[in-house]
Amino acid sequence: MGSNTLAVQLEGIEKRFPGVIANHDVNLNVREGTIHAIVGENGAGKSTLMKTLYGMHQPEAGTIRVHGEVRHFRSPSDAIAAGIGMVHQHFMLADNLTVLENILLGAEPTSRGVIRFAEAREKLTQIMKAIHAHVDLDALVSQLGVGQRQRVEILKVLYRGARILILDEPTAVLVPQEVDELFENLRQLVNDGATVIFISHKLDEVLAVSDDITVIRSGTTVAEVKPGEVNRLKLGELMVGSELPSPHGRTSEVGETVRLRVQDITVKGAGERPSVDHVSFEIRTGEVLGIAGVEGNGQFELCQAILGIAGHTHGTVELNGTDVTKASVQHRLEGGLSYIPFDRHREGLLLTSPLWENTLLGRDGDPQFLNGPFVATAAAKADARQVIADFDVRTPSELVPAFALSGGNQQKLLVGRELASRPGVLIAAHPTRGVDIGAQAAIWDKMRAARDAGLAILLISADLEELIGLSDRILVMFDGRVTAKLNPADATPELLGTYMTGAQQEAA
Amino acid sequence: MSQTDDDLPIFRSAKRLVNPKQARNRQEVLVILASSLAAVALSLLVGALVLWISGKDATALFEKMWDNLTSSAKLYETVDRATPIIIAAVAVAIGFKMNLFNIGVEGQYLMGVFFAAVIGTKLHLPSVLHIAVIVVVAMVFGSLWAAIAAVLKVTRGVNEVIATIMLNALALNLIDFLFSDYFRYESASLDVKTKPLPTTAWFPELVTGKLSAYILVALFVAFLYWLIVFKSRFGYRLRASGINPGAARTGGIAANRMVLASMLISGALAGLVGLKYLLGDSHAYGPTRPEGFGFSGIAVALLGRNHPAGIVVSAMLFGFLDSLNGPLQIAKIPTSIVFVIKAIIVLGVVIVNEVVSVKVARRTADRTAAQLAVAGVAA
Repeated sequence: MGSNTLAVQLEGIEKRFPGVIANHDVNLNVREGTIHAIVGENGAGKSTLMKTLYGMHQPEAGTIRVHGEVRHFRSPSDAIAAGIGMVHQHFMLADNLTVLENILLGAEPTSRGVIRFAEAREKLTQIMKAIHAHVDLDALVSQLGVGQRQRVEILKVLYRGARILILDEPTAVLVPQEVDELFENLRQLVNDGATVIFISHKLDEVLAVSDDITVIRSGTTVAEVKPGEVNRLKLGELMVGSELPSPHGRTSEVGETVRLRVQDITVKGAGERPSVDHVSFEIRTGEVLGIAGVEGNGQFELCQAILGIAGHTHGTVELNGTDVTKASVQHRLEGGLSYIPFDRHREGLLLTSPLWENTLLGRDGDPQFLNGPFVATAAAKADARQVIADFDVRTPSELVPAFALSGGNQQKLLVGRELASRPGVLIAAHPTRGVDIGAQAAIWDKMRAARDAGLAILLISADLEELIGLSDRILVMFDGRVTAKLNPADATPELLGTYMTGAQQEAA
Repeated sequence: MSQTDDDLPIFRSAKRLVNPKQARNRQEVLVILASSLAAVALSLLVGALVLWISGKDATALFEKMWDNLTSSAKLYETVDRATPIIIAAVAVAIGFKMNLFNIGVEGQYLMGVFFAAVIGTKLHLPSVLHIAVIVVVAMVFGSLWAAIAAVLKVTRGVNEVIATIMLNALALNLIDFLFSDYFRYESASLDVKTKPLPTTAWFPELVTGKLSAYILVALFVAFLYWLIVFKSRFGYRLRASGINPGAARTGGIAANRMVLASMLISGALAGLVGLKYLLGDSHAYGPTRPEGFGFSGIAVALLGRNHPAGIVVSAMLFGFLDSLNGPLQIAKIPTSIVFVIKAIIVLGVVIVNEVVSVKVARRTADRTAAQLAVAGVAA
């Protein structure tokens, strides 16, 4: 499969930002009609490179050839004109428009100012047929699931005539079944003669789907391999330049004391159905309870109820044997509850504030950070430096505003803050989402150490490997209810996937 | 922050000049100062242009400004006029820090000053105590008036902008009604006012006939604002709620309580705005009541970027422009030119602020990355 003519050839690409060399001496050969994976840690320079190829910025040195022809892209529209399209990690869709309207947005075929919907519909139907994908063109985007939305993004790019597709971490938001569907679509796409550049750090997927793999480390291309030549471990080592971490392994025992008891929690949903429907569980000292589920099946609302942010209509929450159902958030935090939020930007960080004000958040009542009614600035800063050192947050100092850090470092800071107060119970929602493999290992280590010291953890994760590796027990949530209880020893991502999509349920 | 910001030549060269170690704050402050000054200069030029187009003597504007700058009496007037604006701006800024737009400072200080005047005449107390009680009364009424908007927001989700605008109109008419029907003092003169305050409630002057000592109150309020908002735990929680309510909530900070607290404080400070007029100038409430300070306060809070020093300096600038009213009238130049200039300054500075803050944010991010890269090489 795939020919030997090159769809994209990058030679000696160098991209500098003031004081930083993001890419240097990058060489990339993408054969036409293949799926070409680019793997590397976060911050290795994958995204910078793809932005260069997509014309979002210009390289200082090097040449870009598309189908053998040297190109200088001054903007994405130049790249689109050359047949290159990009599907970003974060979808850019208007919720209140239909699929068709979203796809046409910005490239509407018109005659005398009237959009020719029928013509567009025809063209899209052909495209969908070619890649074996189906999306209801008249559905509102707000009604679509994540996998469908991604399909819309891909159609959007194909509709604009792209023959070379760049996909930035496309599987990060998908469940295994959706990943399979996506790969099937991509396969059809390359069979049809298109070329796919696929950015990922999920090595199993890369090995499963790609024809060629280029590894980027510290801003430069370090290896070009074929999936048959390497295994997962080898590829991971190429990527990080050292041994691979794993979420597995435990040495301590689960204790007897129940740290968190949630009984019959029900949270009202937007519609008639409750978003959390009579959920009960217990977590003991040193235990990790994992919750699997496609996002939006009540996990978020469950966490909010446990934390006391959103009111629940029914049920009780007990923290260390005390009923805190009616207690305020602050009271629960002071009682030893801690929370790594789903969305670090929306619920976790004060982006424009310095790091030390961020590590103080939620802990400002601690006497060590208080000086009468005033914030004990020196103590808070010293504490921030400690968190930064303990969690290897890469930053010049604690005075830098949080937005200046990379996502992985922001996450490490957050995890550090939540563990620094030595909580008894931690709700960890996607603790390693969007962080690179090195930071992921560091976060897992710290969580394991805290667990061994007695921390009870409620782990919510879309990374099924993480979930299976860290959890002592796994609950699957679907449609607000617990639909399965699994032993991680018996669980595989595929099995979890069937429960998560509601294809299968067991009496819970 | 689009990716292409990087590639502006001016921006690239500016970045090269930066010493990543220390320059961050100084650089930022310099950029802000320079751009603010540019906005002020530009607005003066536009003001002159407007005069020139309408056939007036544009150079007279600058002559009068120079006269005022070199006259000590006019400089005292500048500070005196700036006094209530400083307090109003601090009241607005407290709201801004919590992401609340308190347009109601105008109504809040009118309530404060009116009830302070009415209740103050009924008291017979030694001087310092008398003033203290009046101050408390003004703060309480300002605060109560703001509390209506706060409670509506917390319990019913009513937007505070709409609520405070309506409350402004309500305050004005309520006071007019109460004043003309109940509290008018029938004195022998034609001067219609509330009953004058006894001299025990008169605020002392720093420079007799020229400058009220109330400026010290204004400066103290600015200092207190700095202490509470930037140094205290309460201020930290207030700022956190303003910057990111979601994060503050997960950090155990109850947003509703912060909305209430900041509105009440804002209203209490607003209550102080009118007291220079009451205790220092007129000693009674009457038709010459203070007007428009709520709106000047909004402009000055924006100009001063909600920072106490910025607020004091910006209020002085406004006070200075206001002190031109008399001289300009004498020179037959329409005083509305002062409004034009003030408006253009505010617009200019707000636009410049937006542009600069985006650039500064971008540069901070780049510089952090650069410092790490340098550190990485060294290690």
